[in-house]
Amino acid sequence: MATEKKIRVLAAKPGLDGHDRGIKVVASALMDAGMEVIYTGLRQSPAQIVESAIQEDVDVIAMSILSGAHDYLFPRVLELLKEKGVDDVLVLGGGIIPQEDIPALKEAGIAEVFGPGTTTAEIISFIRENVRR
Amino acid sequence: MAEAKSLEEVRSRYERWAEKVEGALSKRPERKEAFVNASGIPIKRVYSILDTQDADYLEEIGFPGEYPFTRGVQPTMYRGRFWTMRQYAGFATAEESNKRYKFLLSQGQTGLSVAFDLPTQIGYDSDDEMAVGEVGKVGVAIDSLKDMEILFDGIPLDKVSTSMTINAPAAILLAMYIVVAENQGVPSEQLRGTIQNDILKEYSSRGTFIFPPKPSMRIITDIFSYCSEKVPQWNTISISGYHIREAGSTAVQEIAFTLANGIAYVKAAVDAGLEVDTFAPRLSFFFNAHSDFLEEVAKYRAARRLWAEIMKERFQAKNPRSMMIRFHTQTAGCTLTAQQPKNNIVRVAFQALSAVLGGTQSLHTNSMDEAYCLPSEEAVRIALRTQQVIAHETGVTDTVDPLAGSYYLEALTSEIYRRADEYIRKIDEMGGAAEAIEKGFVQREIQDSAYQYQREIESGERVVVGVNRFEMEEEEPMDLLRVDPAVRVSQIEKLKGVREHRDEGAVKSALADLERAATGDDNIMPHILTAVRAYATLGEICGVLRGVFGEYQQINTLG
Repeated sequence: MATEKKIRVLAAKPGLDGHDRGIKVVASALMDAGMEVIYTGLRQSPAQIVESAIQEDVDVIAMSILSGAHDYLFPRVLELLKEKGVDDVLVLGGGIIPQEDIPALKEAGIAEVFGPGTTTAEIISFIRENVRR
Repeated sequence: MAEAKSLEEVRSRYERWAEKVEGALSKRPERKEAFVNASGIPIKRVYSILDTQDADYLEEIGFPGEYPFTRGVQPTMYRGRFWTMRQYAGFATAEESNKRYKFLLSQGQTGLSVAFDLPTQIGYDSDDEMAVGEVGKVGVAIDSLKDMEILFDGIPLDKVSTSMTINAPAAILLAMYIVVAENQGVPSEQLRGTIQNDILKEYSSRGTFIFPPKPSMRIITDIFSYCSEKVPQWNTISISGYHIREAGSTAVQEIAFTLANGIAYVKAAVDAGLEVDTFAPRLSFFFNAHSDFLEEVAKYRAARRLWAEIMKERFQAKNPRSMMIRFHTQTAGCTLTAQQPKNNIVRVAFQALSAVLGGTQSLHTNSMDEAYCLPSEEAVRIALRTQQVIAHETGVTDTVDPLAGSYYLEALTSEIYRRADEYIRKIDEMGGAAEAIEKGFVQREIQDSAYQYQREIESGERVVVGVNRFEMEEEEPMDLLRVDPAVRVSQIEKLKGVREHRDEGAVKSALADLERAATGDDNIMPHILTAVRAYATLGEICGVLRGVFGEYQQINTLG
């Protein structure tokens, strides 16, 4: 029997925010859970994130923003994915995201938003259950 | 000797006691197999004179205001005056922030602390493509002198001290402040305040770097040199452990990496030909107040002793002021919970108390709602009141360093000192802090600690009240403070106005002069002042410096 393909995740920091504690902790936990993780580093534009996602052929994009710019940057990434005809990548958001912003982000195509206090176990199981390919 | 005899008696009594307690553990076990704090320091069941007997009181602890300053940098500490109560704030536009500063001053706050938005911190004007979505989000947007004039309108700069959280473009924001003061008739010699100006921790922990390390260190030494003559009361740098801790480090790592960065700045300035005692008295520090109460108190004391020794022994400083760590403290943002946010008021109070018992010179207390948004006015007021309660009601300010002599605290202070010193030696062997960061050592140490901390929370070994224990169903408050997305539009309008009304020729020639200075080895400060006076924008000035110095490329330390 062929071994199951590993889930590939792009861990990304869109915008100018420098808080990378959360994304690094999540990335480490995903790796420990057997996923392949590519970390973009800081200051990625939405276009750079989409390009990396396509190039690396990832199943998941996990983005983190703590600067409040999620309202612009998260939907922008989804727009660009759509433009490129990518519709089978699971896109997740995390960081300091007020509850009241979540419906609009989900509307834009973010599958789930993980706020402060989320466990890495919750994120891992969400990815396993929802990965689209 | 009677003393030795009595110590022997204490030891034998201790041994008997320990044996008895160990024997009873099977019947009355302790809560945990082993007690180890987040820095990895094993905590004993009890501390006694046996744990502190080896300490040389005068050499390691001493008296407040005297070397090695373990007990505090001033002889009378809070009996003289309280710490500066300084809440960090900055909202979207200069107009709004100006209003908040006037409110805070009217509430009894004694110093200002300016938060800038990310484009400002990374040297982009509000109309830059890179700034989309970020203008005014985490602080005030400053594009030119015009915004700075509005920010401090009606605030007498000879009366307040102002701290600015600005790093890579610190020289530019300081220049703007100097010019605003000039226009108020306040000479730069009278200005009091701080620029953060600590680039090394940006590479390792905070992320708002622009230029590579080498030219960044040169800008910093230019600032030291300029200020030692023209702005002598200004704190030219705030060497910050705060963000290192927020990024996930332990208390030991926080002071070790901070002081290692401090060593790199002092060395750079000395290598550039500055006499250590001309600039070292203006170095200031910035620490975190985290949750392990006694470890934090011990941390500040250990940091003071360690830095004093470094300055005296390594750099041969003669002026005692060069040996003193004067520091600002902020309570730990990363410990705030979005769950049951009112619990944060209690967390902040304990953290703030540890900073006061640790002898801080100024303090920011976080607001309870900061785990999900910028603080509301009510939340900020409660945070400030927390400091006022500590100052006026608790009595801890009536004597200097009241916890000194506690067996545990003194033993912990020595242990943190020892472990931080060990880290610093390791960093020395790598060639210093800049090299240790370029190798990714510091980043890896921090991220490993962060991951460890998270795993402890997830396993339940570390309890966070309201998050992994004592949880309840609740709804997040909905009336959060929001930044109006129209801020970017209005900011761009203002910027356009500035560009239309300034003397283009003056701007061009100032920027060309700056480029020449940056390429050569002239101090760049006077040239930045000229450019700022001509209303060259922050983005334009940083653009010139980017052209000369290049941009830093972060290394990947994951995996």
